[in-house]
Amino acid sequence: MSELSVNHLLGIKYLNQQDIQLIFETADHFKEVINRPIKKVPSLRDITIANLFFENSTRTKLSFELAEKRLSADVINFSASQSSVKKGETLIDTVNNILSMKVDMVVMRHPSPGAGVFLSKHIDASIINAGDGAHEHPTQALLDSYSIRERLGEVKGKNVVIVGDILHSRVALSNIFALQLQGANVMVCGPKTLIPKYIDKLGVKVETNLRQALNWCDVANVLRVQNERMEINYFPSTREYTQQFGINSALLDSLDKEITIMHPGPINRGVEITSDVADSEQAIILNQVENGVAIRMAVIYLLASKIKN
Amino acid sequence: MSQKVLLNAKEVNIILHRLTCQLIENHNDFTNTVLIGIQPRGKYLANRIAQMLKTEYKIKNIQLGHLDITFFRDDFRRGEKPLEASTTDINFIIEHKKVVFIDDVLYTGRSIRAALTAIQSFGRPNEIELLTLIDRRFSRHLPIQPDYRGRQVDAINNEKVKVNWKENEGEDSVYLINN
Repeated sequence: MSELSVNHLLGIKYLNQQDIQLIFETADHFKEVINRPIKKVPSLRDITIANLFFENSTRTKLSFELAEKRLSADVINFSASQSSVKKGETLIDTVNNILSMKVDMVVMRHPSPGAGVFLSKHIDASIINAGDGAHEHPTQALLDSYSIRERLGEVKGKNVVIVGDILHSRVALSNIFALQLQGANVMVCGPKTLIPKYIDKLGVKVETNLRQALNWCDVANVLRVQNERMEINYFPSTREYTQQFGINSALLDSLDKEITIMHPGPINRGVEITSDVADSEQAIILNQVENGVAIRMAVIYLLASKIKN
Repeated sequence: MSQKVLLNAKEVNIILHRLTCQLIENHNDFTNTVLIGIQPRGKYLANRIAQMLKTEYKIKNIQLGHLDITFFRDDFRRGEKPLEASTTDINFIIEHKKVVFIDDVLYTGRSIRAALTAIQSFGRPNEIELLTLIDRRFSRHLPIQPDYRGRQVDAINNEKVKVNWKENEGEDSVYLINN
């Protein structure tokens, strides 16, 4: 087994194809581990990991914490809402204070794009980006591709459409990079106002008609409309958005093939996807969550193996 | 680099028969026994012994699994090379069973120490035994000894014992390699 080419996981754009392959192969082993009666291995018992969440999260935070505990690492948690950040402490000061407590690895979610890259230039610990603003969310993209590989056999050559709020989505950008690295064809679909200008320069197709996008794809990754990041109205009403870009079973049944439906969560049921579709056999939303733990274990394990004693 | 043949195909075959018979002596019809090959190299020996029990000694219901110990090793982050994981394939519970660990070479005993921890994830066995084809004497770091041994070998530290299998390397043989 080779090593990762990077010392931090700041974004998919810093990885190469072999890295993704290595992460997936390692995740296969961890997926077997987390399905054992006793789901824990002692590999990281001398590693301490700090989870720094400067922005709210349920799934990602729990998933990281579980992955760390399954690897026997010591874990400390930090949420900005309950901390001295409110008192005016800078990011570097906060992190350096935490590192003086001898922490080996930092998992960070931050509202500012590039926060992880900035931090990696100033501190020694390994950094995993758990989402930085609307920039990247690499572990989500890895688990999405891993789930596609699990369902369809491989990612290469598959047509994947990302539907919804592309503009405010870090999941979309990381997914585009990850899917393209593995040889998939990527399309984005959503209201024109929620598709970034010049996104076609990344080599993705752009489509504003949902039916045509679904006819083209093997997999649809449906994103949430991120109302909390919108300062102006990007579409007239939620009802209109649902009519044009909501996925429902009538629409899926009218296609001449069965496509796989993914969603990174949290789901706004009845807005971007109806409940019956989200709970159907076509949807692999809960598989994504299970795979999330295995992928995060793999990433943490591989990065930890590069920390020298 | 020089190498010396320790065992040829015929000798390996005789030893495998002896080890298999010794197992039968202690485990009768194997109803309460499971064989566990330690990945990566113990797998071949375990498959061979299970095959021999089935075809030559007509024992049915052999339960065979493969255990990967990578994530349980004590040298994570200490070696030069990254550790490479293999597949664990145990689709039964070992609670109250007699477990036989099977590995090709017993050297420092650290792999077996890791295997003793790893197997706990699959339940609490009644007892665990160890079968190795080659036992490198006087090189143990831990108080671990085999219950069934094929051949004892005195090898000094810079020597390596290499076990070859027909299904993998094209011949059954054991070499002592001096670097």
